[in-house]
Amino acid sequence: MERNLKRAYEDVAQQELPSRFTDLLAQLKDADAKTARNTDAASEASDDA
Amino acid sequence: MTPDPRDELVEHLGSMRAFAMSLTRNSALADDMVQDALVKAWSNIDRFEKGTNMRAWLFTILRNTYYSHHRKRKREVEDIDDELAGQLAQKPDHDGRLQMRDFNTAFDQLNDEQREALVLVGAGGFSYEEAAETCGVAVGTIKSRVNRARSRLTELMEMDEDEPIEATDGVTVGVVATSRSAA
Repeated sequence: MERNLKRAYEDVAQQELPSRFTDLLAQLKDADAKTARNTDAASEASDDA
Repeated sequence: MTPDPRDELVEHLGSMRAFAMSLTRNSALADDMVQDALVKAWSNIDRFEKGTNMRAWLFTILRNTYYSHHRKRKREVEDIDDELAGQLAQKPDHDGRLQMRDFNTAFDQLNDEQREALVLVGAGGFSYEEAAETCGVAVGTIKSRVNRARSRLTELMEMDEDEPIEATDGVTVGVVATSRSAA
C-alpha cells in the first residue's frame, strides 16, 4: 500500500523542475547581490552605525 | 568560506513539489505554493540553523503557506468535486461496486493532517519525531494520524472486495456516511 504512496511521491520529486523555480532562484540571487552592493556603498559613505 | 544554505534550496525543490502535491492534490496550486514558500525561505534564510535539517525547515514553511493561504483555494476547487463525488456515491456502477478502488481517490478522502503525516513518514523519509516537529504537534499525535490514515486507506481500498455484488442500501448509506465524516 505504501508503495503506491512512495511511487506517487517519487514521480513528482524526480520530475524535471519547471523553469519558473530555477528562474525565481536566479532572480532572488540577483536582487540580493544588488542590495548587498548598495548596502556596502552606503556603509562606506557613512561611517556611523 | 562556509557554504551558503541558499545554494542548497534547489536540491529540495523536487521533494517540496511532491509534498505540496500531497496537500493540495492539484499541481497548479502545488507549484504556486512552492513558489511562495521558496521566496519566504530565501528571505528568512538567516533563521535557518546551519547543520540542521533543511528539508524539515522547508517543509515547515510549505505547510504554513498551505494552511494560511492555499487551503482556501483548494476548497474552492473541491466544492465542485464534492458535489460530483456525492452523486457518484449514490449511484454505484454496474456491478454494484463503489468507485473507490483507485489509490489516489482513496488518498483524496483523507483529511489534510492525515495526508501530510502519512506522506512525511511514509514517503518523505521523516522520522516520527521530525514529522511531529514539522507539523508542530506531539509525536503521539503524528503516530495516531499515520495509523488512522493507513487504516482508512485500507478500508477504502478493500471496500469493493468485501462488498456483495449488489450493494444494499444499508451498505451504500454506511459508506457515504463514513466518507462524509472524513472530510
